[in-house]
Amino acid sequence: MTDTSHGTGGLTFDKTKRSWPNELNILFALFVIIAIFEVLGQMLPYMNDQSFLFDTRDRFDSIFNEARLKIIILQVAIIGIIALGVTQVIITAGIDLSSGPLVAATAMIAMSFGQTELVNGFANPKALFGPWAMDLPVIVPVVVGLAFGAFIGAINGTFIAYMRIPPFIATLGMFLICRGIALWWSGGNPISFPTDGFKWIGSGMMPVVWFLSLAVVFHVIMRYTVYGKHTYAIGSNEEAARMSGINVKRHKVTVYVIASMLAAFAGVVLAAKSETAQAGMGEFYELFAIAMAVIGGISLQGGRGSIIGTVLGAMVLGVIRSGFTYIKLDGSYQLMAMGSIIIAAILFDQYRQRNRA
Amino acid sequence: MSDIILKTENLTKHYGGVHALVDANFEMKKGEHVAIMGDNGAGKSTFVRQITGVEQRTSGKVWLYGDEVNFAGPLDAREAGIETVFQTLALADDLDVPDNLFLGREKTKFDWLGPFRFLDYKAMRQATMEGLERTGVKIPNIRNTIQNMSGGQRQCVAIARTATFASRLTIMDEPTAALGVQETAQVENIIRTLKKAGEPLILVSHNMRQVFDLVDRIVVFRRGRICANLDIKNGDHTGEDVVSYITGAKTGAEFEDAL
Repeated sequence: MTDTSHGTGGLTFDKTKRSWPNELNILFALFVIIAIFEVLGQMLPYMNDQSFLFDTRDRFDSIFNEARLKIIILQVAIIGIIALGVTQVIITAGIDLSSGPLVAATAMIAMSFGQTELVNGFANPKALFGPWAMDLPVIVPVVVGLAFGAFIGAINGTFIAYMRIPPFIATLGMFLICRGIALWWSGGNPISFPTDGFKWIGSGMMPVVWFLSLAVVFHVIMRYTVYGKHTYAIGSNEEAARMSGINVKRHKVTVYVIASMLAAFAGVVLAAKSETAQAGMGEFYELFAIAMAVIGGISLQGGRGSIIGTVLGAMVLGVIRSGFTYIKLDGSYQLMAMGSIIIAAILFDQYRQRNRA
Repeated sequence: MSDIILKTENLTKHYGGVHALVDANFEMKKGEHVAIMGDNGAGKSTFVRQITGVEQRTSGKVWLYGDEVNFAGPLDAREAGIETVFQTLALADDLDVPDNLFLGREKTKFDWLGPFRFLDYKAMRQATMEGLERTGVKIPNIRNTIQNMSGGQRQCVAIARTATFASRLTIMDEPTAALGVQETAQVENIIRTLKKAGEPLILVSHNMRQVFDLVDRIVVFRRGRICANLDIKNGDHTGEDVVSYITGAKTGAEFEDAL
């Protein structure tokens, strides 16, 4: 870059320099939280000098406690997949409350096409459909699940974009509808015994593989493609986006379709991991997904945030969950702590906004 | 017909029962800078919204460079070469300068990817720098988001957007209404640069001094109708004249029967 400086009162600026990314703040917060648990582990009398993150066994295998790291990320991977979609919705200044029940409904529907006919030589006791739906290739339940997600997302998006129903209301309605579908699909009975192919989707660390690879894909999409740019533009100033010739309505429908397909995929992975599908699955998932996005710096006013932020937000929730288990505090404290952190994240975001203005 | 770049005939817009714009007949020539003046609610912005495709006219015809045009939306108008700086600026606060300049018409790579085609950030930054250079707009850091900028800088970004794309007609709707003295001067300099480059401009403004400084001709709107068409290059008209047209004390001879 030569000779691109304009006269700015004798000051010279690097005209192409980018500002300090918010993601570093979240990463910093993540390290602080880890450090707090590490210190608590050393100080609390009943902890016997355990380490939260490091491998302190006699025979050193590695630096870190890999088992704990794996659990931390495995615990948040499935909700994290939902959060990737919710992030995009929130960036358009919308919200998606329907993702938790959509996970349950999709788990039910996909699982009913992913069952195996014979369990230990006997007929599958939880079979929903006849033999025609048994032992299908794994692609069938996945495609059916994703198609159902796309369908729900298209309805959400159409009501929000074309009929101007506030996103909160439209997706709240869909929240109840999806929970209803999940119950109605098998009359409330669990659907179990999937094929080996279907189990593979959720086996071992596969949920993490899906989460991280989808995170990379959507990071690239949001950061480097026209779709991503228009998503930010709509959330930032919908009127400006419209005047710039962006088809705002159609774009919003696309965003909700993608978000619901991600939630549906999370449902498929959850069913595969649990090797069963039940109508009550995915409770509070929509709220935890929103929490991950908010902790990750996605502004509910729209226009701001990133996929990297959401992944870090997911890690923060995972670390807190794992950390509370580690210092032997039960779930009730976890919920209170998570709630406080969500509020703190919003406060921090507002503080940052005010400082900038 | 050749040097008439914009012509409207009986351009009319009703909002329900409100006749916001009635039978506007307007013409402008190549390289001309025309000001549109009038009181609040006189129909200036309505006129601009009809020719930029933001709204659909009730009746009437519009020609651009001799071709009759019917814009379905603002993008149509933009593709036809009409660049507009709207009163509301139409900038996305969370995006930086190149993003805003190219919003809705990004430079892209791998176009076969459809909506997921990649943005060519480098090319857009380069074109932005060139556009800023050409208009003399000074912005310290183009990677800065719009929300971190002053009103004047925002206005300059909005104007630079029109200048970056070789436009056939630039329209500015009160570009200095919210600006301080220095910032106003900067915007006026940009307008002079456009004049020198021979780019035609329609300027909607309330500022008499500015209009007399910058433009060739004033078209006055009153209660939805054009009531005067004043050539001000040779000093036949004064500010008081224009005010009396705006307030209704006077009406241009050729428009009397219309009112």
